Amino acid sequence: MASINEIQSGIVEDFSFLPQWDERYAYLIELGQKMSALPDEYRTEENIVRGCQSTVWLHRECRDGVVYFQADSDSLIVKGLAALLMSVFSGQPAEDVHAADLTFFEQTGLNKHLSTQRANGLMAMVEQIKAFSAKCTEGEI
Amino acid sequence: MTIDINKIREDFPILKTTINGKPLVYLDNAATTQKPQAVIDAVTTYYTTYNSNIHRGTHHLSNLATEAHEAARKTVQNYINARSEHEIIFTRGTTEAINLVAYSFGDAFINPGDDVIVTEMDHHSNFVPWQMMCQRRGAHFRVVPFDINGELRLDVYKALLSERTKLVAFNHVSNSLGTINPAKEMIRMAHDAGAAVLVDAAQAVQHVAHDVLDLDADFYAFSGHKIYAPTGIGILYGKEKWLEAMPPFQSGGEMIDLVSVDKTTFNQLPFKFEAGTPNIVGPIGLAAAIDYLNQFSFKDVMAHEEDVLEYGRQSLQAIEGLTIYGNAQNHTSILSFNIAGVHHYDLGTLLDTMGVAVRTGHHCTQPIMTAFGIDGTVRASLAIYNTRQDIDALIAAIRKVLKMLGK
Repeated sequence: MASINEIQSGIVEDFSFLPQWDERYAYLIELGQKMSALPDEYRTEENIVRGCQSTVWLHRECRDGVVYFQADSDSLIVKGLAALLMSVFSGQPAEDVHAADLTFFEQTGLNKHLSTQRANGLMAMVEQIKAFSAKCTEGEI
Repeated sequence: MTIDINKIREDFPILKTTINGKPLVYLDNAATTQKPQAVIDAVTTYYTTYNSNIHRGTHHLSNLATEAHEAARKTVQNYINARSEHEIIFTRGTTEAINLVAYSFGDAFINPGDDVIVTEMDHHSNFVPWQMMCQRRGAHFRVVPFDINGELRLDVYKALLSERTKLVAFNHVSNSLGTINPAKEMIRMAHDAGAAVLVDAAQAVQHVAHDVLDLDADFYAFSGHKIYAPTGIGILYGKEKWLEAMPPFQSGGEMIDLVSVDKTTFNQLPFKFEAGTPNIVGPIGLAAAIDYLNQFSFKDVMAHEEDVLEYGRQSLQAIEGLTIYGNAQNHTSILSFNIAGVHHYDLGTLLDTMGVAVRTGHHCTQPIMTAFGIDGTVRASLAIYNTRQDIDALIAAIRKVLKMLGK
């Protein structure tokens, strides 16, 4: 499996082919639409990520020091962002996720459009992914 | 139409901005309005020529600043037709004005077992302060619901009013639905029951009649930044008899008369409620905004906004699957809607890429969203400088978004 940084570089490259913001959003929406649906049993109250204008569910698993995530949202754009995060972090060693720098965000310019908006809950998702990975590293789960 | 909107648009420099390479279509005026050059100039002139602290300096600049600050109070008094400038308190905004009353009036006049009435369509800032005050004072918090069109249930309101009712608070215009509530009638009903009334005029003072004497409001609160003035300045109007009887809200400098180790006596109105160095330039900017508006006939302003609103309403309704929230008989300036199968956040975000600024979410009115069983809407809100062309741009952008989403 490619490393977190290799995957991030891939995302940055993908976005470099899409200079216009409407194209970038169209791409995000497509990613969201392609992401496999979250099973109903994971659509629980405790999986809801607070601080979003849309509803975001984040399912977390820790197995043998590796973290797995699945997500969904009723907003297609947020779902697309979640898909990017899943592709970067899910299936990676918890230690690596915990230590990772989220660089693709700045390098794609997505941060300029999105990270300042609390509404999309992206940062809340990242925080939860990091916090869960820290616990997984320490074997608390 | 006797007002020239193209000329008005020239007065607001920001309207020439482009967003993502597209001309700005600013339809988020219920959140905050843009500022005309006259307001920007008033603020700049203050800082470049007479910035100084007020009410205490013996020097020339301090006198100039004090004069301008107090002249602004007069301008506000005249705009809302208050009896005296002593009844005009400068606050940070509507929220602080309401909190001032919730604390000071609450401490003085609300007792266990009393009733306080608000409405289901109030902004959180005219809801939560009263809820908290009722908890502090052991009073009952009563809420008037609204019907499917976004009109208050006056029958329920009437039934809730009793001799236990000490205070009624409601918004004149709903920030989420655009409903114009029958303020004068609601105030009369409250007075008949012996209750005082606070009107949240944050969305009203710039769009509909704003005569506090005619309304007979006991308290009337609004924010400068929603009426073309800077942020950080708001107004609390209160009838002198109430303001005199209420204890101070915050304490410190400016609000005192004599201070000793044994006791402190308070300054007269309005200074009793203005502790500390105030936002000096805020009122000056607000006065410039009111002077700017006063050059037009308010009737013409209302007629223009109504024309654009109705055009917007009709244009939106032509979009398949679109639901407008807020269909009250009397409404103003707000178009709140959703499109079936499209999340409001997605629509708002994609409209932004086309230069169209709207607000999405619950608009600080979660009880309204709960009543409609939704978690948010897209809200386009109008101001004096909006035109039918802005609506056309909004509609064209919505159609593009729907195409992008495969709708």
